[in-house]
Amino acid sequence: MKAFLMFKDQDFDLRRKLPLNEQALTQDLELNTLFNAMALGDKFLFDVAKWAVLCGLNNDLNTILYRQDILKDCLKNPSIVRDIYDIAVGAIEGEKKSYWSFFSKYPGAILSRSIEVLQMSVGVLKRLRNVADEHADKFDSKGFRAFFAMLKRELGDEYFGCVENHLKELKFRDGVLMSAELGKGNKGTNYVLRQSQEKKQSWMERIFAKKPPVYTYNIHPRDESGFRALSELRERGINLVANALAQSTDHILSFFNLLRTELAFYVGCLNLHGQLAQMGEPISFPLPTASSERRQSFNELYDICLALTMKQKIVGNDVNADNKDLVIVTGANQGGKSTFLRSLGLAQLMVQCGMFVPAESFCSNICDGLFTHYKREEDATMKSGKLDEELSRMSDIVDHITSNPMLLFNESFAATNEREGSEIARQITCALLEKGMKIVFVTHLYEFAHGFVDKRMENAIFLRAERQADGGRTFKLVEGEPLQTSYGEDLYRALWSKRD
Amino acid sequence: MTFCSILFEKTEDGVEKETLEAPVFFVDLNLDQIIDAVTASKQEYNLKPFYYTSLTDIDAIKYRHEIFRDLENKNLFENIKSFAQKMRAMREHLAQADKLHYKYQKERWFLEAVEIYCDAVNCLVHDLSLADVKSRGFLAFREFLTDYAKSERFTPLLGETKKLFDDLSSVKYCLRIKDGSIKVRKYESEIDYSANVEETFQKFKQGAVKDYRVKFLAGPADMNHVEAAVLDLVARLYPDIFLYLDNYCVKNSNYLDETIIVFDREIQFYVAYLEYVAVFKRTGLKFCYPQISNKSKEVYDYEGFDLALAYKLEKLSVVCNDFYLKDKERIFVVSGPNQGGKTTFARAFGQLHYLASIGCPVPGREAQLFLFDRLFAHFEKEENIKNLRGKLQDDLVRIHSILEQATSNSIIVMNEIFTSTTLQDQFFLSKRMMEKIIELDLVCVWVTFIDELASFGEQTVSMVSTVVPENPAMRTYKIVRRPADGLAYAIAIAEKYRLTYHYLKERVKS
Repeated sequence: MKAFLMFKDQDFDLRRKLPLNEQALTQDLELNTLFNAMALGDKFLFDVAKWAVLCGLNNDLNTILYRQDILKDCLKNPSIVRDIYDIAVGAIEGEKKSYWSFFSKYPGAILSRSIEVLQMSVGVLKRLRNVADEHADKFDSKGFRAFFAMLKRELGDEYFGCVENHLKELKFRDGVLMSAELGKGNKGTNYVLRQSQEKKQSWMERIFAKKPPVYTYNIHPRDESGFRALSELRERGINLVANALAQSTDHILSFFNLLRTELAFYVGCLNLHGQLAQMGEPISFPLPTASSERRQSFNELYDICLALTMKQKIVGNDVNADNKDLVIVTGANQGGKSTFLRSLGLAQLMVQCGMFVPAESFCSNICDGLFTHYKREEDATMKSGKLDEELSRMSDIVDHITSNPMLLFNESFAATNEREGSEIARQITCALLEKGMKIVFVTHLYEFAHGFVDKRMENAIFLRAERQADGGRTFKLVEGEPLQTSYGEDLYRALWSKRD
Repeated sequence: MTFCSILFEKTEDGVEKETLEAPVFFVDLNLDQIIDAVTASKQEYNLKPFYYTSLTDIDAIKYRHEIFRDLENKNLFENIKSFAQKMRAMREHLAQADKLHYKYQKERWFLEAVEIYCDAVNCLVHDLSLADVKSRGFLAFREFLTDYAKSERFTPLLGETKKLFDDLSSVKYCLRIKDGSIKVRKYESEIDYSANVEETFQKFKQGAVKDYRVKFLAGPADMNHVEAAVLDLVARLYPDIFLYLDNYCVKNSNYLDETIIVFDREIQFYVAYLEYVAVFKRTGLKFCYPQISNKSKEVYDYEGFDLALAYKLEKLSVVCNDFYLKDKERIFVVSGPNQGGKTTFARAFGQLHYLASIGCPVPGREAQLFLFDRLFAHFEKEENIKNLRGKLQDDLVRIHSILEQATSNSIIVMNEIFTSTTLQDQFFLSKRMMEKIIELDLVCVWVTFIDELASFGEQTVSMVSTVVPENPAMRTYKIVRRPADGLAYAIAIAEKYRLTYHYLKERVKS
């Protein structure tokens, strides 16, 4: 039994490896803000959000659409989804209460504990089955339909009856019957629990049937060590069945765990959705396209992390960069360049894990890797080593780069003078472009940026942080070629005037 | 040719009385460390006496070389090891059978011991028949073992053992435990209930889960009285099989063959040494079978090294050294900077000759060595300044006794003697000793810092420890054949520490 709510045909595994650049991504895109908004203080929801978002880069188009449909169902039936989630959580916590004999050395104890947990689990499974019976028709997605159908199919009344029979049988009212063979040193071995086959015989047959010899050994009532030995023998006999039952309870619990984990992602999305709705920020389901295409167009794309931090509606951007491999962003300081770059990275991750995106509309091709190369605020005294450090990080990225990634550069290679920086940036960018990679580069390096303008490339687009005639900023990007100054002067003046 | 021993071709060569005492020079030459390491994992065989006894006959050494060469074949080596493992398992089973007291349990352990023995013999016969052995020792042993395996002593043993084994493994019974009683009867194809339960919950299966099977601490040798009682009932269910077992044990109590037992121990002499050597070979060090002569004193070894040191250094690189004596040359005089590998060189020389004398391959690419009658080592004991006169006297007494016992076929290894007296004394005493050694025509290694000894005469060969020219403080541990020129090193090292005349003139302000 599988939940299959994250993938059509596989489990969502929290043990999966995060991308190697997980830390850089988390830091550069401020992912923890997003995860916290999804988790609302619940550590488990946080972890699931983190894994789902960061491992999304491996998803194919079908998986993304599969999850989008499920998420749409969730947005339609939030309370039912939360109910199912609570049922799964309840089962897991119920098991923890009978944790005491978990490490028992006695198969008998393991068996009775397993019977107890199993009885509890059967109750929970029945509740789950009832939810399916009651609400299945309110869900349209393939994922939920398959899930409810599975519950109805696997958890029929007949099945519950069979389980209860076993639970009764395992109390061994007629004693324990087991087979054995002679092992090393003629010691009994291969103890296997057996179910006696009481053949229906008439009394005549019973009397006249030839009976095979049976020998009996009785322990003397005062032979304490004898009784201990006897009970050990009995334990050997039920060892395997205790194991089978304990493993079965584990399997059932891991089904609940799986269900909980997979639903946790959607519960996180519901939480996030709630907060955005309160701020009046729009969301939409994005249109992902094949990784071979070059699509990047959107309306009112905003930085979800900035919105969550500011707790208010913020400025969005409209860009059409379809069929472009290279996006170069230049322009005013504090003009929203970094925010824009982050919003692109965040949206890409959200698209690929099957979430909605913070935009009125959004379309992009999927990629198999997302790499960020940001200028890092380093210790000032290490200035000489800064370019070293930047290049070494770049080299790490190249070591792990995938075949169809998106790369986000934020003021990279500016740790040296402009000419050298530009040359390094140019060489790196050109090489990666020729390898067919998608690059967004926020930069002050005029020579570098302008060099691409001169090339008149079909597949490049230039965006500029807008500046109004009075020097004020709109935080909106417009299409435009790089200008030679980045308005540092403005900033300087703005600060200066404040002081006056 | 009848087989006698894998260590000696002829009975008369055999060790008369095995000694547990190492030769006196063992400690000085670090041979004690070598032999300890060789035998460390083979304590049960008590192999040391074999390593403590030199051979005196060149053919006896060749007998062992041949066996070593055969064993260098990986397959044969593994075959012998697996034979040894089985024999060990057999001994453990017999010991276990001895300790137990429930009859059917005891008998079964005995049966298992015999089964392992039969298997060991059969496997070895089979393996040897396929092996391309060339040594006199293995050829004779193979013939012996093949005959034994076909003999009236062995074949019935094998047949009965196998039959009993099959019979006992066909025994299958059922127990019903209820309250204080156990009912025992034959098994009648009742279904496996655990599998049934597992099947019911199959649909929840989610990949790997914890194993809840409890490991019962009681090993196969432990049996409580309830199990023993059940076993007795099982014996009543299958009376024929257990009667046969009783008779079998009585009949075969003396099943072991003495020659095989002795072989099992003696072959470990080779196995232990080869296992020890394999560690070094893996790091690229070389071993060879030396030419042995009891006439020519023209000894040589290329790429030799100190085994005891190599063992300690493990993976660190070991410096190999070459040496040779030609014509009238008899004495290596080793001088040069301290900690430069002089003592190591001397030890290696002694080790090589000793290991060659017990028929083992020795460190080096190619070697010719001398079969000595006696080997002497004189190494300075812990320096003790308080007892000046006593120590010098002691030195002299020891050397005197060595020279008394030595014949022209002996080898002496000496390390820095007479250091506890004045230089003049040392020079004088050393010269006298040198004269005696030359007179006896001994092969000798002499580590000293008296350069003059190096050019004593046509019998002496000067060997010098070396340093790296650019960094005189760094030793190469390479010992080369070269005139002794201690001064050059001393000045280079002094310069490095700015302690030469000119340096000191500058540094020390007047």
